[in-house]
Amino acid sequence: MDALVLARLQFAVTTAYHFLFVPITLGLSIAVAIMQTAYYRTGNENYKKMTKFWGKLFLINFAIGVVTGIVQEFQFGMNWSQYSRFMGDIFGAPLAIEALLAFFMESTFIGIWIFGWDRISKKLHLTAIWLLAIGSNLSAIWILAANSFMQQPVGYAIRNGRAEMTDFFALITNGHLWVQFPHVFFGAIATAGFLILSISTYHLVKKEKHDVFIKSFKFGAVYALLGSLLVILVGHNQAQYMIKIQPMKMAAAEALWETENPAAMSLFTFGDEANKKDLFAIKIPGGLSFLAFNKFEGEIKGIKQLQAEAVQKFGEGDYVPPVAVSYWTFRIMVGAGFLMLLIAAIATFKTFKQKFEFSPFMYRIVFWSMLLPVIANTTGWLFTEIARQPWTVFGLFQTADSVSNTVSAGEVLFSLISYTLIYAILMVIMISLMKKFATRSVEEIDVDDHGIEEDKLLSKV
Amino acid sequence: MDLNIIWFILITVLFIGFFFLEGFDYGVGILLPFLGKEDRERRAIINSIGTFWDGNEVWMLTAGGAMFAAFPNWYATLFSGFYLALVLMLLALIARGVAFEYRSKKDSPVWRNRWDWVIFFGSFIPALLWGVAIANLIRGVPIDQNMNYTGSFFTLLNPYAIVGGLASLSLFTLHGSIFLSLKLTDNLLDRARKVANKLWLPTTFLLFTYVIFGYFDTDMFSKLGVNPGVIPVLAAIAIVSVGYFLKIKREGWAFVMTGITIAFSTITIFMGLFPRVMVSSTNSDYSLTIYNASSSPYTLKVMSIIALIFVPIVLAYQAWSYWIFRKRVSTKSKLEY
Ligand code: HDD
Ligand code: HEM
Ligand code: HEM
Repeated sequence: MDALVLARLQFAVTTAYHFLFVPITLGLSIAVAIMQTAYYRTGNENYKKMTKFWGKLFLINFAIGVVTGIVQEFQFGMNWSQYSRFMGDIFGAPLAIEALLAFFMESTFIGIWIFGWDRISKKLHLTAIWLLAIGSNLSAIWILAANSFMQQPVGYAIRNGRAEMTDFFALITNGHLWVQFPHVFFGAIATAGFLILSISTYHLVKKEKHDVFIKSFKFGAVYALLGSLLVILVGHNQAQYMIKIQPMKMAAAEALWETENPAAMSLFTFGDEANKKDLFAIKIPGGLSFLAFNKFEGEIKGIKQLQAEAVQKFGEGDYVPPVAVSYWTFRIMVGAGFLMLLIAAIATFKTFKQKFEFSPFMYRIVFWSMLLPVIANTTGWLFTEIARQPWTVFGLFQTADSVSNTVSAGEVLFSLISYTLIYAILMVIMISLMKKFATRSVEEIDVDDHGIEEDKLLSKV
Repeated sequence: MDLNIIWFILITVLFIGFFFLEGFDYGVGILLPFLGKEDRERRAIINSIGTFWDGNEVWMLTAGGAMFAAFPNWYATLFSGFYLALVLMLLALIARGVAFEYRSKKDSPVWRNRWDWVIFFGSFIPALLWGVAIANLIRGVPIDQNMNYTGSFFTLLNPYAIVGGLASLSLFTLHGSIFLSLKLTDNLLDRARKVANKLWLPTTFLLFTYVIFGYFDTDMFSKLGVNPGVIPVLAAIAIVSVGYFLKIKREGWAFVMTGITIAFSTITIFMGLFPRVMVSSTNSDYSLTIYNASSSPYTLKVMSIIALIFVPIVLAYQAWSYWIFRKRVSTKSKLEY
């Protein structure tokens, strides 16, 4: 395998892995902050217990989010040095701002929050968790500003053999960013919501119907419902936006070979990618036009026509992304989204009826539903990035030109194997810890990690 | 003064912040298995940096981000060129960060002992490699006319760079031991003091070796001359005075002095580099400078405004967090990690 393929594989593995933890950080930080606010307002000890219980899971997740992020920060220079030279003038800025504005905030206030219990005033301690949550979500905005530039370059000019920034505000008012960030954000809310929902259900069914977990269940259900509903609504907007700026991506998502008007939406297609045709397909007539224009007519360009247009514009080349991967990742994401909506609605319904009984079948569904948003997040990114190929920066710079020309295939193979190994080990360790802390009973929440009740040790130094 | 120079200075400042703060974190990590004899003691040691280590690490991330934004060619050449060394360092940092959070989350002594060694190696490797990397920046590495690094991993392991690595390793460890004498109590305090006393002489020796070696192996001499100016001299005086302050048990001053040593050595090296950011040993015309490696004036301007607003804010709240958690940590305190 050549260095390019390996570098791509490595980027995919490390970034997708980073993004397993990121949405939990984004969504759960806000959830814990809300719980702590409830405690602050009401003084109800159960809210404090909730804060501590979910806060612990948050920290276990956060640790891996941080360390996998460090790899990301250096990876552009290490593996994509040609990209960094060409794009650095624009791309480096949001990354540096992210570190300065967001990472400092997150990392400082998380320290204050962890160590601040009973040491600083309640109000200050509450402020710390909110600043942590805001910092995390700010970091998402900046990194997505960088990514949005790659999807839709704005505010630049090609000068001195590279892309140079001409308008910083264009970068942060990029239309793509303001459909992408809400989508990622609500996806993260849903991810945290399902985590809380699933684990609370476990406690209600397998352990005890303690108020702490009834409250958590209610919270999780509403949070998951809100997240799922909004991520779908925004996703719809995003798809409409995509048709305008990256029509090839939409065509690939739908395996739409020929231009159609009205265009049908595919429910299931089994195609022949090499010859650009369907072998078997179930389609909703006019469906795609409806998705794009909110009415059952309107032209959607097909892959063949878009390829021909791209050749005219950019010169000879293959401008068609891997269609099967694009098609299926998109479907899995959307499918997961609707399932999530259904499950969250059922859970919310149970909340309203104050009924917390589950049949074994229902229990299993709700418990494992915490994986749905994780699947949707991963397939969503795979789709966004893979269906942009062959470009790293759409219409400007190609993946094949981006890779470091001084790093050999052997070196990338070494790093790829090392990262994969260490990530796999971390995953096993993290799951074992998550399991330990997610299954603790209510009485254990205040006991420290060593089976010692901290209060007995607390000396006033 | 143009913006390129300002950004060169700003990146120097970020590296000083990083080496000063993360320096003692690394030192604490390296000393952990040796100073802490039993579990509660080790926990106290980890908790002494528990609140701070993540914020300190962000200094490194910000330095990296700032290099990317202000000098993309520097970022690209350095990180792709020193590839394998960086992979090693990243693996160490990944393991180390997780170790702080996970170490005390299970009761098993085997589990904890393993994580303690992860913290040791996770701190040891970057403390060493940063010294190696910085030494190579100034000594020069093979770089061709397209700014591409043409050496290999072993090019980096020249004697000068290795001395540089050992110097940073010992300086950070000394810095960490003094930090611990400011943060711990009782037995742990005694041990930290002892270690600091032991480390001081070899560290001073290594630093002086590094400087003398540098006069032969780099172009520092021709650039700085026989009289290097006040900053390197002050760095030398500072490290020597550390021994004195340790003797009279004024750890606060000793810590200030190792801090000054770190800051002024970093400044000396960056002064030696200036206006280059990476020296090419192939041909001095191929060196990367703050001009040929930089971003456009517009980007530098935007970034300057942002830095001007946010760097003071970050400094303020980080200083404040050190203030809140200024108390010493004992084995009897409430420990989180
Ligand atoms: C939508 C959100 C999002 C996306 C797409 C990414 N990240 Fe991330 N990143 C976060 C959201 C985030 C976060 C939520 O802010 C994290 C996760 C856990 C954490 O501690 O902060 C984080 C942590 C994190 C850290 C560690 C910060 C620290 O030490 O506190 C770094 C250096 C990066 N990220 C860098 C990157 C880079 C270079 C990415 C692009 C490839 C990237 N992240 C994708
Ligand atoms: C965290 C969520 C993200 C995921 C899961 C993700 C996933 C991927 C995947 C799977 C690829 C490989 C595509 C291929 O090789 O066909 C890729 C490519 C790439 N992505 Fe993303 N990405 C994410 C975010 C970002 C962000 C935020 C940036 C920029 C800041 C970015 C920059 C790149 C670059 C430079 C490549 C080029 C390498 C390549 O095309 O293979 N990605 N990404
Ligand atoms: C069912 C409704 C959904 C629709 C119509 C939808 C639509 C889209 C579209 C069009 C994109 C690509 C945007 C682009 O490349 O320009 C995308 C990406 C993405 N989706 Fe979805 N989505 C849905 C559900 C979900 C769910 C439930 C989640 C996760 C909980 C999710 C997570 C993501 C992520 C993480 C990305 C990549 C980041 C981005 O480009 O925004 N999506 N989605």
